[in-house]
Amino acid sequence: MSTALGLALIMLGVAGQPPGQTHSDSTLTTEAGARLYFAYCSACHGAEGNTIPGVDFRTGKFRRASSDDDLTMIVQRGIPGTAMPPNSFGNSELRAVVGYIRSLQGSHLEALRGDARRGQMIFEGRGGCLNCHRVNGKGAYAATDLSDIGIIRSIDYLQRSLVDPAVSDLPEHRRIRAVTRDGVAVAGRHLNEDTFTVQLIDSKGNLISLLKSELKAYEVVKGSTMPSYRDRLSPGELEDLVRYVYSLKGSASK
Amino acid sequence: MKCARLSLFFFASISLFSQVSYERLLRAPQEPQNWLTYSGSYLSQRYSLLDQITPANVTQLDLSWIFQAQSLEKFEATPLVVDGIMYLTQPPNDIVALDAKTGRLFWVYQYHASSGARLCCGLVNRGLAILGNTLYMGTIDAHLVAIDAKNGHVLWNTEVADCTLGYAITHAPLVVKDKIVVGTAGGEYGIRSFLAAYDASSGKQVWRFDAVPAPGMPGHETWQGDSWEHGGGSFWVTGSYDPTTNLTYWGTGNPGPDWNPDQRPGDNLYTDSAIAVDADTGQLKWFFQFTPHDGSDWDSTQVPVLADLDWNGARRKVMLWANRNGLFYVLDRESGRFLSGRPFVNQNWNSGLDANGRPILIPATEGARVNPGNQGGTNWYSPSYSPRTGLFYVTAWLDTFATYLRTSGKYEPGRRFMGGSFKSPLPPIRRGPINTWTEEGGHGGILALDPHTGKTQWEFKTHDVSDSGILTTASDLLFTGGREGYFYALDARTGALLWKFTVGGTGAANPMTYRIDGKQYIAIAAGHCLFAFALRDQP
Repeated sequence: MSTALGLALIMLGVAGQPPGQTHSDSTLTTEAGARLYFAYCSACHGAEGNTIPGVDFRTGKFRRASSDDDLTMIVQRGIPGTAMPPNSFGNSELRAVVGYIRSLQGSHLEALRGDARRGQMIFEGRGGCLNCHRVNGKGAYAATDLSDIGIIRSIDYLQRSLVDPAVSDLPEHRRIRAVTRDGVAVAGRHLNEDTFTVQLIDSKGNLISLLKSELKAYEVVKGSTMPSYRDRLSPGELEDLVRYVYSLKGSASK
Repeated sequence: MKCARLSLFFFASISLFSQVSYERLLRAPQEPQNWLTYSGSYLSQRYSLLDQITPANVTQLDLSWIFQAQSLEKFEATPLVVDGIMYLTQPPNDIVALDAKTGRLFWVYQYHASSGARLCCGLVNRGLAILGNTLYMGTIDAHLVAIDAKNGHVLWNTEVADCTLGYAITHAPLVVKDKIVVGTAGGEYGIRSFLAAYDASSGKQVWRFDAVPAPGMPGHETWQGDSWEHGGGSFWVTGSYDPTTNLTYWGTGNPGPDWNPDQRPGDNLYTDSAIAVDADTGQLKWFFQFTPHDGSDWDSTQVPVLADLDWNGARRKVMLWANRNGLFYVLDRESGRFLSGRPFVNQNWNSGLDANGRPILIPATEGARVNPGNQGGTNWYSPSYSPRTGLFYVTAWLDTFATYLRTSGKYEPGRRFMGGSFKSPLPPIRRGPINTWTEEGGHGGILALDPHTGKTQWEFKTHDVSDSGILTTASDLLFTGGREGYFYALDARTGALLWKFTVGGTGAANPMTYRIDGKQYIAIAAGHCLFAFALRDQP
């Protein structure tokens, strides 16, 4: 159990609905919302609502909105200083398009069984997750900090990534292996890259910036180092673990 | 003291009498100390005769000054420089006049666009035109305004089109003789675009060319039913002009709706085309359609680069065009005749071009991967042609792809009219400083193409793709920027990297150059700043 809940937990999926959130007018058809969405929104947000980095409608979580009213306001007025333009929808259209955006998320928290407290014990104990991940100041830096993963990722995604590491094999989770001209080996998680440089964080939390021209060897390692927990944990334990991880909402939840 | 007075008098004299006549615009390449049009000259080669900065000394380039825009919108403008004064649009439609030597401000003109303006892809403006002592700017709410270049006061303001229907102007106008030529953007809003010329002194429209022909006009037969009414064909990059043919050349944008060609059977003229219109009358002399019946949003809104080449043993007036559809074309600019065409990036949508340059399509099912991707092999940012190297330089997006989903697009005034969507691993607009780009999505590159063969002579590969144009100079230097936040110089003959500077922000603009007091400057917008570089003073 020494391996870790390796690199990455991000991307695709269907998400849970936070409790207390208002829902869209269900009398409007999804088709009407879809038509508007594909006419006005998908060019930037993509067919699945996930093409803008940091904005993923499938999670059901929004940085600037929690209620449908908030979403409606954003769709209507846009976000000044960003590429999000205002739109001149009527009220029924606003409800339809917001409803469609909501429909891009899937399973609901109510459907998620498991016990977060037990999940935390697994996470910090025999799951070995803190050997790579970090949560609220505890753990390692080798993999992503999961302190707010419950805001960023959907339940479905979290479930799948625990049993199928390929799900979380995303560019931002990949490892870099490099050897400097002096023969020093450097390894860590890929943070940023351009034509001439690459930035990474090693397992001790050192932030490292390398000039590619000064490297003898350089490789972006494809494939996730996250182990599969399919056979390591029981279905019940997996549910506990997902319940815990999904409860991690960052400072906003404190 | 006497010396200071003298230089002040001299400077004031220059400013008072520096009228930019049409004759000066015609001879713009011969006064490389200035940058008088969007692309540097009517040929639009973005090539300068200045050669003080060379491959040997380019490592001595230093930052001279920075202008920080009071705007967080994308900064796509190329400045003009006229006798020491820089005129620049601050996004979207403010104009600033600067001392091009120090970056200090003379005046700022603030334009307040209508709240009805709507743009698909950011509140952008790419630059100005100048004639006499008047600056001309197209606005995001589809107006053309004339501004006194001395004090920033409005001389006239003409509404070109109704912005609430999605019409906008984002490109720098083109001055031809006594007319100001502009076209309308808005291809994602079901507009029916047009190019028009306005009298420079009064702002009154002189001629208009409709990019989508009305019933009874030649070309209308390439549309069915009422699809022509919202057929697009927008203009959003400045055209070129050849005084020997008296033709002004422009590229047109995608047909509408973008991604559902089933809604508009036919070739959809004159979308995705190069057009040549008489500069005095607006009459269409010829057209060449790069992508008939386009379903990928491959606007042909690239800068038409004009050059005179030896072609099969004869001197020929040609037009060089690396198109968003992934092919590099050479056309005869007198007749519009197709001379050659060849892919400059990987593509899988045609098996070649016929004798007239029409693509021979490879049948594909809906949802299949299409190369290049939605953003194409290149896009609006300027290429460059160097008469010295004989090479055409283009910012390319290599090995990209997209898949498309068609939906029924219903036209509603002022609303987006797209007819579907696309998926691609490429973000169309870079957001944030973190780049976790991978090879799976493709990569960027600066390509040097031989116009005679269409083959790539060299490639400077970049990790990320780029929205920055290219400048070449008579010292065989190539300058460009990009999304990665660098501004850099390559050897135009070999593609070798000679110098680079971290500007920090995304470069989505074209470099230009000018000279003041014997010193050559290179300027580029990136992030929310304009950077000016020159050689370090020797101690």
